Amino acid sequence: MSIYVDRQTRLLVQGITGREGAFHTRHMVSYGTPVVAGVTPGKAGESVHGVPVYNTVRDAVDATGADASVIYVPARATADAILEAADAGITLIVTITEGVPVHDMLKVTNYLSDHGATMIGPNCPGLITPGQAKVGIIPGHIVRPGPVGLVSRSGTLTYEVLWALTDRGIGQSTAVGIGGDPVQGTKFVDVLARFQADPATDLIVLIGEIGGTDEESAAVYIQAHITKPVVGFIAGQTAPPGKRMGHAGAIISGGTGTAAEKIAAFRAAGVEVARHPDEIAEIVARKIGC
Amino acid sequence: MNIHEYQAKRLFSRFGVPVPQGDVAAAPAQARAIAERLGGRVVVKAQVLTGGRGKAGGVKLAATPDEAEARARDILGMDIRGHTVRQVLVDPAVAIASEVYLGIVLDRGQRRSVVMASREGGVDIEEVAATNPGAIKRVTVDPLIGLQPFQARQLAFGIGLAGAQAAEFGDIATRLYQAYQSLEATLVEVNPLVVVADGSLLAVDGKVNLDDNALFRQPEIEALRDPGEETEAERMARAAELSYVDLDGSIGCMVNGAGLAMATMDVIKLCGGSPANFLDIGGGAQAEKVEAAMRIILSDRRVRSVLVNIFGGITRGDEVARGILAALRNVATDVPFVVRIVGTNAADARAILADANLPTAPTLFEAAQMAVAAAGASA
Repeated sequence: MSIYVDRQTRLLVQGITGREGAFHTRHMVSYGTPVVAGVTPGKAGESVHGVPVYNTVRDAVDATGADASVIYVPARATADAILEAADAGITLIVTITEGVPVHDMLKVTNYLSDHGATMIGPNCPGLITPGQAKVGIIPGHIVRPGPVGLVSRSGTLTYEVLWALTDRGIGQSTAVGIGGDPVQGTKFVDVLARFQADPATDLIVLIGEIGGTDEESAAVYIQAHITKPVVGFIAGQTAPPGKRMGHAGAIISGGTGTAAEKIAAFRAAGVEVARHPDEIAEIVARKIGC
Repeated sequence: MNIHEYQAKRLFSRFGVPVPQGDVAAAPAQARAIAERLGGRVVVKAQVLTGGRGKAGGVKLAATPDEAEARARDILGMDIRGHTVRQVLVDPAVAIASEVYLGIVLDRGQRRSVVMASREGGVDIEEVAATNPGAIKRVTVDPLIGLQPFQARQLAFGIGLAGAQAAEFGDIATRLYQAYQSLEATLVEVNPLVVVADGSLLAVDGKVNLDDNALFRQPEIEALRDPGEETEAERMARAAELSYVDLDGSIGCMVNGAGLAMATMDVIKLCGGSPANFLDIGGGAQAEKVEAAMRIILSDRRVRSVLVNIFGGITRGDEVARGILAALRNVATDVPFVVRIVGTNAADARAILADANLPTAPTLFEAAQMAVAAAGASA
């Protein structure tokens, strides 16, 4: 059992012949992920690390039965790539690309909500179900199978926490990076609902950061619907208002989106909040008794 | 990216939003010439990328061209919240009957844009939201179809406008939404939108925040960037495609990944130090980016120590360690460095750093403590 992907997933890589696409395809294939097809317009007939390339997502789906897609195309082509995947019937779209214009994402997310496709990202590291499938760029050797579900807005901070857990012998059910942009396809609450329903997940780690109100919404949801223990962390406690901290979504504006508000919301929902990243694995270890 | 008021109003004007016919001046004599051309009373307004200009004395009325020149002389060179005033906008003063608010903002939670109007114009909208939330009317826009006329009417009547004024407000809201969408803004604001004594509406102030990710297809907007509003370090960072924010502290930070960079700053604070910057060198920690980042951090004279925190994922830790040592050889400095590398081949990385006499630590907390101690020692 897992969330989003497993050994039966039939993965398609959009932008497979590009530098990033080819590099990460090699890592996804070597991890054992069933990568069945790639798409780059005009490159049909080529192959990348043994994966056949098609001109269009429609051709790739017809030929291989792909049902999930991971996107590495440049930012200016990303909205089109997502819409092409949804139009061809792909139900899970993971968008790694960073720097996607926010007005593109407004149109795309509103379109997708009427077309039954789930999109994760953009500007995210993707997801990994240890021992089964890796979709995106999370390094495969820093995870191991186990009971902790992790969801995060960050990239390397996620790796840091996964590594600390693995180093202590604590494995993970699935780790999902939802991305650091203002408008995202998947929010914390969407992933929390899946972890709650997932029998392989016993405890949830939620890593948020300043900006927006997604963490506050997550706290409300946790209070109402999550019975599994949740450990939280918020990055950006020292960030000043009005300055964008790298991620397009990480900005304190108009007095909202501060770390203090998010931490207070977590605590009110019964989430134990770590003061610094090293503490997350310590708290998890204590809670699951190892 | 943010732009100045005069730039925002010129953009609005292009979409048919009525704005005053003033002009911008960089010298007092220019301000006088503009006032002469406009005739009558004018308002002289500091052009800086921060709020609170009025309270800081950066907005003054002038009855004559002489006065306009004198007020411009007062305001030019003024420091407003750390921003030096290098330009003033000289606009005709208008006879104000009343002031309303009109703004469009990205609502992340709903994944839509929200158009807001308030009958309480000329004051901070966040203040109105806190003290009199009922005064603010909102409509949510479907990005696939845009702002609809009925929604603009809801806003106009909702804030108490009637007749021709309601129609004119609706027209301005529609034009402002076109500007928001065409420019790919994340916020446009007219505060106040003035109801002039003759009954017409006029956008006497304007604010626009633009999406940096869309600038590649907005070349006219990119040309509006004011290089004088950037620090030297920020300019260097933009040229090197590094994400950098200047802060007030004494401990320089170099980290791969925005979330980890913020967490590193937090841990420094937790250990009693104060970060000098936010700096994300991106994934992979490539050698040339590491070197550029070091130069940027060390250009800040307040930096007393530097904490490098790198997660070696697909790029192995030992490669990162060698890259840092190579960069340090090229950037001669006596500022102490603490380097922490975690992840793949972290033990090898630590051995390489130890051989080069660079202090290192296995955990972020310990590394931060060492950097804080080093900053105190070299202060």
